[in-house]
Amino acid sequence: MAGKITMDETSAYGNITTAQLHELIDLIKKVHGFDFSEYTKASLKRRLARIMQFKKMSFYDLKHLLVNDQQIFQEFLEEITVNVTEMFRDPLFYKALHNQVLPYLSSYQHIKIWSAGCSSGEEVYSLAILLKEANLRNKSFIYGTDINTEMLKEARMGIYSLRKIKSYTENYQYTGLPGTLTDHFTIMYDAASIHSEIKQNTLFSVHNLISDTVFNEFQMISCRNVFIYFESGLQEKILELFYKSLCPLGFLCLGSKEAIRSDFFRRRFKVINQKENIYQKIGA
Amino acid sequence: MALNNDILQRWHNSAIVLIGGSAGSFKLIFRAVKNFPIALDKAVIIVIHRKKNFFSEIEKLFAENSRMSLREIADKDVIEKNTIYIAPANYHSLIEKEKTFSLDVSEAVWYSKPSIDVTFESAADVYGPNCTAILLSGANQDGAAGLLKLKNAGALTIVQNPDEAEMSEMPLAAIQTGAATYTLSNNDIFELLQT
Repeated sequence: MAGKITMDETSAYGNITTAQLHELIDLIKKVHGFDFSEYTKASLKRRLARIMQFKKMSFYDLKHLLVNDQQIFQEFLEEITVNVTEMFRDPLFYKALHNQVLPYLSSYQHIKIWSAGCSSGEEVYSLAILLKEANLRNKSFIYGTDINTEMLKEARMGIYSLRKIKSYTENYQYTGLPGTLTDHFTIMYDAASIHSEIKQNTLFSVHNLISDTVFNEFQMISCRNVFIYFESGLQEKILELFYKSLCPLGFLCLGSKEAIRSDFFRRRFKVINQKENIYQKIGA
Repeated sequence: MALNNDILQRWHNSAIVLIGGSAGSFKLIFRAVKNFPIALDKAVIIVIHRKKNFFSEIEKLFAENSRMSLREIADKDVIEKNTIYIAPANYHSLIEKEKTFSLDVSEAVWYSKPSIDVTFESAADVYGPNCTAILLSGANQDGAAGLLKLKNAGALTIVQNPDEAEMSEMPLAAIQTGAATYTLSNNDIFELLQT
């Protein structure tokens, strides 16, 4: 990631107790208005420990700086929200979209897609490429949202290192789709820039899944590997937001190791692809 | 070092068994999975380093050869005894206070995702002394820090004898870190797992 805190290849943990974690969550909510109380605790603990380890801070240093130093708080926010993403991550998901969802979406006059928790934009561009190759790009619009403004800046640029592109190309090959990923990039010295025609009809903006509301109606919402950071209660609140944001028979895509667990929402979504966790809104 | 009363007692008190392995560990883990009794009365959590996009048939192969029920971890799964859980590729598997799993896609640790350290460390917080952890063959140092944290939390920590490991770096790293309560031969490890 582009943030200032990067991890060397050492162990992930410093030392932070559960009581300290809760103390910090309360403090951040009071001082900065960000609510991490329904984030999964083991993951949160690990990320805090990483920051302390990297910055060589004690818990008390961290607490003091988070309250008093806006810059440290911003860095903290960047580090605490996991920003690891890839183009064509889980290749079989894209294959399933191509075979099971695009034929349906193609019947719409306009296709509006929301990529929630889009981080540095790789998923938005993957979807754009998928739509382009299916000749649906002209009538589609993709919104990428995240709470992390730094990541959104990277997403808008659409420039990725060649090392990453190499791994993205490998993903693409596993999708079994025709075409070549690099056709959609201009390769520079050590990076690749996504073509402007792929960038057309995309919009990146700030949206906080925890506190913000419905902002449009969508034919498809993709929110993959975001729920894993939330406890079950919060997952349900966000499912409610997605349900309201989808048109009737619109599609919801979760990560392949995530699932709709609440009975209430299981009755409101039909499973389209069990393995890739693709659902369709049913009912009113 | 053979199995002694301390080992057997702590094994008996364990609610979960963690097994971590990398290069050279697959055959051992497969043999372990095959030999677990039906009523182990513990949950088994296996973290093996694996490549993303490598659509292996590990789960299928393991499930067909296991008497215990076996599944790949999905986010928010509840940890149940008599079940073997396999950490999925390209995620870290963490254990929450509520004895559920949560997944995490953050950076690789020791170039590995799943990382053994990450699972072991989170298990130490939740299970402490009610846990047995076994670290097997591998070509990097993942697992050592997690195993040490488990040992400090009172868990029974076992490292495969490096002389018997196909790749000795991982067991050696754990021993050098002081994370091994016991270093055991392959035979002793299998004997314990079937107890």
